[in-house]
Amino acid sequence: MPDADVLIHASNLTKRFGEFTAVDGIAFDLHRGEAFGFLGPNGAGKSSTMRMIGCVSPPTAGELSILGMDSVRQGQAIRARLGVVPQEDTLDVELTVRENLLIYGRYFGLRRDVIADRTSRLLDFVQLTDRAGDQVEPLSGGMKRRLTIARSLINEPEILLLDEPTTGLDPQARHVVWDRLFRLKQQGVTLVLTTHYMDEAEQLCDRLVVMDGGRIAAGGSPRELIERYSTPEVLELRFRPPDHDQAAEKVATALATTGLAARTEMLADRLLLYVPDGDAALAAVRACGVEPVTFLVRRSSLEDVFLRLTGRRLED
Amino acid sequence: MSSPAVAPGAPRTPAPTSLALRSPIQWLAAQWSLAFRALRFWLTNYKRTWRGSIYSSVASPALYLGAMGLGLGTLVDQHGTARLGGVSYLAFLAPGLMAATAMQTAMGEATYPVLASVKWLKTYQAAAATPLRPADLLRGHLLFTAMRLLMNCAIFLVVMTAFGASQSPWVLATLPVCLLTGLAFAAPIEAFAITRTKDSSFSMLYRFFLIPLFLFSGTFFPISQLPEWIRPVAYLTPLWHGVALCRALSLGVVDPAGALGHVTYLAALALAGVLVAQRTYRRRLYV
Repeated sequence: MPDADVLIHASNLTKRFGEFTAVDGIAFDLHRGEAFGFLGPNGAGKSSTMRMIGCVSPPTAGELSILGMDSVRQGQAIRARLGVVPQEDTLDVELTVRENLLIYGRYFGLRRDVIADRTSRLLDFVQLTDRAGDQVEPLSGGMKRRLTIARSLINEPEILLLDEPTTGLDPQARHVVWDRLFRLKQQGVTLVLTTHYMDEAEQLCDRLVVMDGGRIAAGGSPRELIERYSTPEVLELRFRPPDHDQAAEKVATALATTGLAARTEMLADRLLLYVPDGDAALAAVRACGVEPVTFLVRRSSLEDVFLRLTGRRLED
Repeated sequence: MSSPAVAPGAPRTPAPTSLALRSPIQWLAAQWSLAFRALRFWLTNYKRTWRGSIYSSVASPALYLGAMGLGLGTLVDQHGTARLGGVSYLAFLAPGLMAATAMQTAMGEATYPVLASVKWLKTYQAAAATPLRPADLLRGHLLFTAMRLLMNCAIFLVVMTAFGASQSPWVLATLPVCLLTGLAFAAPIEAFAITRTKDSSFSMLYRFFLIPLFLFSGTFFPISQLPEWIRPVAYLTPLWHGVALCRALSLGVVDPAGALGHVTYLAALALAGVLVAQRTYRRRLYV
């Protein structure tokens, strides 16, 4: 018997577009009440996976069940219980804020008075009450995103799908969106999101999978992933451009052989040393007779996990 | 925040949304209730622009009937109207223009608004994430197109009657005929429009399809005036069937067998369009 708390079950889930394989046989289980993330660079297959979960993209192969129903045969019934925040805003910019919610509520067959009631609560929630009668077109990007989130909640969904919820927003607007999503999570809404921002994943996700090239490279809580695939601290070093490579090489070799650095990553502009203790490592660097232009000791992040797993950086 | 914005995702019994295993009437009602939800979107949108659209729906037939029907018509009538079937040019022209209006309305609805919904505004994608299916979106838009067809053609009928161009009470039956003519254009064009990523093909459609049809489908002169070799092409165009039937009704000279032929041809085209459009809608929205 499947676990009643498993809301989404995927196994060998595959999506091909002609010769191109966007999603390559992934498997995951998603539980009620958790915030689950797909982290990966553009083209990793995150959005294709989201569209399959949203029941608007039939899988090429594999199994995908959502709320105990088959994603292809019962897509309509599943969609009635999902909320979707797509990557690109799909608001009707010519209508008002309130009309957008009315139309959307009608799509779900909700009664007008129910929609009106929920609209006032949702606009309050996303802080758009004073714009209710305004046309959508002139709203800022952050406001449109919040309206899209309000719209996705009109049917009181059991699962909320968010595809790159803060891509393209300025830092302040991102924080407002994160705050609202965090509140939803507190209220027990199951969140599924894709992101290529590690800070977003760290802030919002209880559990996430790292996707690359259509496959899942690793999965777990942000903390678990960092513990498993990285060291507690990272020492970042920059050297003077003419002798950067030489100095980086020297330091990397010295610290790797002494066992002070578990791993080193040479990037174009800096050297990353994965170490248990950043300050001790920095002392060792100086002991080699090399002085970096700048240095930074920081805690490991999902970015480091991603670099370790794929050999590439997440954001470019 | 005192009250939660949404109900916590506590377990609840699945909503009975299955459309299967009910009486055919309930099934049909459930099917179309979804299309009506999609129609409501178009109606909400239309609320902002309906006034302007009414002005042009009245002005356009008045200008055409004035300039061509009365102005040009005076000249035509002086040279004898035997080839028009013995009626005035105005009475000949008006029902043909009415069918052409149906074609134009259908074209207008089935091209740019469809591309806007799927490409520029992506409101179709927004709706596809709800219980609405691609076929519901298609039906909803066809319902709206049908409403616009009836509106425009009813206004045309009033204007044409005011010009004294309606010759028989049968002229009222031109309304359903225009609806059918319009749908015979709207459904196939919609099937095509949903597959487009740019609007450039629409101007080609207007230039090489709509305008030639408008000019050579018997609206302004009888097909018998065309060279014999090209007449079969004119008979194949859906507009000719609409024009011929509207004219026969307006003049009160309906031949039942001919009328049945026209209706069958137009209905077959509309139905084929709907069937193809259901596929192309699905293919575009369920990628």
